[in-house]
Amino acid sequence: MSRSPRILMCPPDYYGIEYEINPWMNRENATDPTASVWQWWALHDALRDLGVEIETLEPVPGLPDLVFTANAGLVFHNTFVVSRFRHGVRQGEAPHFERWARRHGFDVVDMPPHLHFEGAGDALFCGSTLFAGYRYRSDAGAHQWIGTQLGVEVLPVELVDPRFYHLDTCFCPLAEGAALYYPGAFDDYGRSVLRDRIETLIEVEAEEAVSFSCNAVVVGRSVLLNEGAPKLARILRGIGFTTTPLRLTEFIKAGGSAKCLTLRLDGEEAASWSHAEALAVH
Amino acid sequence: MALDQRAADAKGPAQDSTGVVEEVEVQGHIVDSLLLPKILDRILHMGGSFEIRECRIGSRRVDPSYARIAVRAQSPVELDAIVGDLVEHGATPVDPEDAAVVPADIGGAFPENFYSTTNQHTQVRVSGRWIDVADQEMDCGIALDVKARSARCVAMTDVEIGMPIVVGHAGVRVVPAERPRDLGLFGFMSSNVSSEKPKAISLKSVADSIRATRAEGKKVLLVGGPAIVHTGSAEHVAELIREGWVQVLFAGNALATHDIEQALFGTSLGVSLVHGEALEHGHEHHLRAINTIRRVGGIKAAVEKGVLNSGIMYESVKAGVDVVLAGSIRDDGPLPEVITDTLLAQKRMRSAIREVGFALCIATALHSIATGNLLPAWVKVVCVDINPATVTKLSDRGTFQTVGLVTDVEPFLRSLATELADVAS
Repeated sequence: MSRSPRILMCPPDYYGIEYEINPWMNRENATDPTASVWQWWALHDALRDLGVEIETLEPVPGLPDLVFTANAGLVFHNTFVVSRFRHGVRQGEAPHFERWARRHGFDVVDMPPHLHFEGAGDALFCGSTLFAGYRYRSDAGAHQWIGTQLGVEVLPVELVDPRFYHLDTCFCPLAEGAALYYPGAFDDYGRSVLRDRIETLIEVEAEEAVSFSCNAVVVGRSVLLNEGAPKLARILRGIGFTTTPLRLTEFIKAGGSAKCLTLRLDGEEAASWSHAEALAVH
Repeated sequence: MALDQRAADAKGPAQDSTGVVEEVEVQGHIVDSLLLPKILDRILHMGGSFEIRECRIGSRRVDPSYARIAVRAQSPVELDAIVGDLVEHGATPVDPEDAAVVPADIGGAFPENFYSTTNQHTQVRVSGRWIDVADQEMDCGIALDVKARSARCVAMTDVEIGMPIVVGHAGVRVVPAERPRDLGLFGFMSSNVSSEKPKAISLKSVADSIRATRAEGKKVLLVGGPAIVHTGSAEHVAELIREGWVQVLFAGNALATHDIEQALFGTSLGVSLVHGEALEHGHEHHLRAINTIRRVGGIKAAVEKGVLNSGIMYESVKAGVDVVLAGSIRDDGPLPEVITDTLLAQKRMRSAIREVGFALCIATALHSIATGNLLPAWVKVVCVDINPATVTKLSDRGTFQTVGLVTDVEPFLRSLATELADVAS
């Protein structure tokens, strides 16, 4: 069994702004296809250089956001909870993600049809607890259903700023007991929950948060994040992380960055169950 | 805010019996995620109150907790808004039960265990949604059309075989009438009956209510007994009708007969309304009046032919008032317009009250109670009678919204006509 981290990505062959479903998207602010491809490959190569095994999903014409694989579903051990997108324009992605997961040996779990859930975009493990964002894309009820289904503790927190419509745009677990967050994206209850439950909680300033600096990919002690967050990079280096700033401006036009472009398949670094599995193979 | 503090805050309103209640449940890691306190805060913030009816806390961190919460709000609209908001935070309504329906197996009777209605605003749950029951009336059943998503009150005698009738109490809720907020007649007076209330204020309030009803485009219903004529008040009622303050009139054979007797002979029960003395052969007048009307084919025909030229019935015909005359066992004649089939009379009254917003019941127990039985609780009713028992009878039979004025009807009607005329001019 390979111990390399595994990440699912989807090349941006058909990526573009074809609709507007978040405050970042503006059809008049078109993406540059060449720049998109360059930026995507820069992320791909940076991950590969960190020893990550990249799986690729075949891009599909007419599904521009298929590139954001974080929204494919939630991975827990060998279980894949396939997303149920809130917006009709993205619902066509789910069968492709589901087919991929089945072909790669995951046990695919479907949630009841009335619930909305957008995968790792809104559900991130930190330790053994699944922190889950709700309101804009996922339902609190969907997270509660997942908690019962997977037998894990799920703490739904409400997202209150439409610019930070997915949890992974304002919260990023770094390791067990450590995470980044932008406080302005949460209400008092959400902030209390995060502060109570995460020992090392690093605040990201508003100006760096809007640069999608929370939408980072963590591999071991390396953090890949969008450029434009020098303060955060300094803090991360101060606690022992190396940082790789990446130019992902073409994807920010659609409201996504490094994290949105990836789906960790063997458990995020901060997920305790991922470590358990890693230990098991020793 | 701590949980027990929230519970203490909510204690008062939760124990209040006003408003509407719906239970919701929420489960999961609702304590550590602060979803439970958040939900309770939101209920209070949105103007509702709550009572935690069940709460189970998971013993280990991975164990989910569970809470069942009764949410109370002042109106169904407010309740729907609160419950709709709580659903966003992961709560789900507990009672997704729709109203149970059984097709009527016999015509003219409800199925066993039928839901018996009150006169208050009622809703039934159809396919998970609460819908209003139309034609609200006490002592009826509820006929449900699931396909059309409509429900209405139906009288026992109107039940047809196969009609889907609501049975049991599940999926049915009653929305109590709101307490009036203004300080009009219905604000400062309860339905307590007393002859010692300030008449001038009461009178002005009745006049205000009548004007407000007309301003809303609703109808004013007058339910009258023959004492209106005996006391010499017919001319005041005639004036109210002429001025357009009355759209519907419910009475019996007696009011119409004595009104016509007065118009034709100047007497009521043979007593001169000018001199106050019984005239010779005066006792025959009411029968001769009925006979005259029957000979020409009815009240309307009498007006058209110029036989009847004054009085309440004359003005009603002229103004196009919807008149329902319901008969009784002791009636003389009766006048051709009097409906002698009680059920038919009820039906006519039922259809005539549809747009009534205010009912003034004067000097009749029988017709007032019959009317009260048909009116939904949100229609204001003022009962004027010299006998306090008439008013209490009406309230005791479920028309609790009745405001009673114990007074002689003649000065009351004279003042009311003047009050309304003053404002009109």
